[in-house]
Amino acid sequence: MKQIFTPDLKLSDIIDMDYNLVQVISRMGIDLRHAGLPASEACALDGIDPASFLLICNVYSFPDHRPSDSDIAAASLKDILRYLRGSHLYYTGIALRNLETAFDRLVSPCDEGRKKAVLKFFFDYKAELEKHFAREEDEVFPYVEALMEGKRPEGYTIDQFEEHHESVDEKLEDMKNIVMKYLPSECDEELKMWVLLSVYRLRDDLRRHTFVEDGILVPMVRNLENDGK
Amino acid sequence: MESRKTVALIIPSEIIAKGLASILEDSGSFSVLEVFHDYSKTCETRLRGFDPDVVIIDPVILDFRSRKEARNMLADVCDSIVIALDGPAVTEDVLRQYDGSVSLYDRQDELVRKLRNAIDTKLQDPAPEPVEGELSAREKEILVCVAKGMLNKEIADKLNLSIYTVITHRKNITRKTGIKTVAGLTVYALLNNLIDMSSVQ
Repeated sequence: MKQIFTPDLKLSDIIDMDYNLVQVISRMGIDLRHAGLPASEACALDGIDPASFLLICNVYSFPDHRPSDSDIAAASLKDILRYLRGSHLYYTGIALRNLETAFDRLVSPCDEGRKKAVLKFFFDYKAELEKHFAREEDEVFPYVEALMEGKRPEGYTIDQFEEHHESVDEKLEDMKNIVMKYLPSECDEELKMWVLLSVYRLRDDLRRHTFVEDGILVPMVRNLENDGK
Repeated sequence: MESRKTVALIIPSEIIAKGLASILEDSGSFSVLEVFHDYSKTCETRLRGFDPDVVIIDPVILDFRSRKEARNMLADVCDSIVIALDGPAVTEDVLRQYDGSVSLYDRQDELVRKLRNAIDTKLQDPAPEPVEGELSAREKEILVCVAKGMLNKEIADKLNLSIYTVITHRKNITRKTGIKTVAGLTVYALLNNLIDMSSVQ
């Protein structure tokens, strides 16, 4: 049975139910030392809207959970953006960087040609993902913030973002298969497992991230665009 | 109840498109979800996105020379069953490449029967290659071309195959290796000694 997180639950109990949520908590900028408090109080102390925080926790932990219109209407754009930016920082600053170091070590026993091929694949993927995030940071988020200030920037709407919001899934899926099935035997098994688990985690996390963008950010911004009309 | 088959129409004439759509909807077996009056980039993107069960296309929409290519062109875009709309300007050799055809002058029951037949025949086609396993010699050959950055058309010309066949091989390669992107397939080819680094760059 599916349980949905509520504001009266203690943060530590929420984490016990799904420890992956420590990442959401950290990206939102909530101090873990407040984990003993109910979610609503912990959020308040760090200046975060509890409804938005719980909305993200719910879609993060229950991938088939679809927020209602009223959930979306109640959320705060400022906090959704804060989460999305926090996630981008985590992907580029931590996840990809760690993966890069591990990949480097993983293929170090291989011959030059293979090593180069695998690393090039990784670096191309990394560059693609960074470009994807940069577009959001440089175009979409500033647009949303302008709307929030009551401005109506010309020449851009959230529909354009939605239309061009490409999936970043395929290459990661390929990366998983390459590491799992096709690396030469000289690669270290232990390291291979570590890389595989990291790739899976990154994949799952990115899917949830994409859902927060397409399933929460986009409808919220569309509401805001329509309000102004 | 059996769910309705989804249909996209690519028909320049609005009169014909509306008429056909209403006949199909009335039959209770089909749902017309998209109607395009030309074959454009948008049309391709939409088809790729929703991959209808059936596409009905009026071959006159295409330039005379490319009419015979239409089937291959669509195979590149979606897995749908492609039916030609037979009219005065459409010739026998053009019709032959499609999975079936319906005529402008068909009665409603005839039209629905023809579509059903085409769907049934297509479904009885040989099953796709087994899920995992070694690539065949032909598949390896095609994989090497893909890794070198060749387009389907170029591979077809080089190996004397139809584009449609190249696409089927590519689907099987992906099914067997679990790898979808060109970049991923290149790494696969390199790791399996099918090509060396110098032939990629």
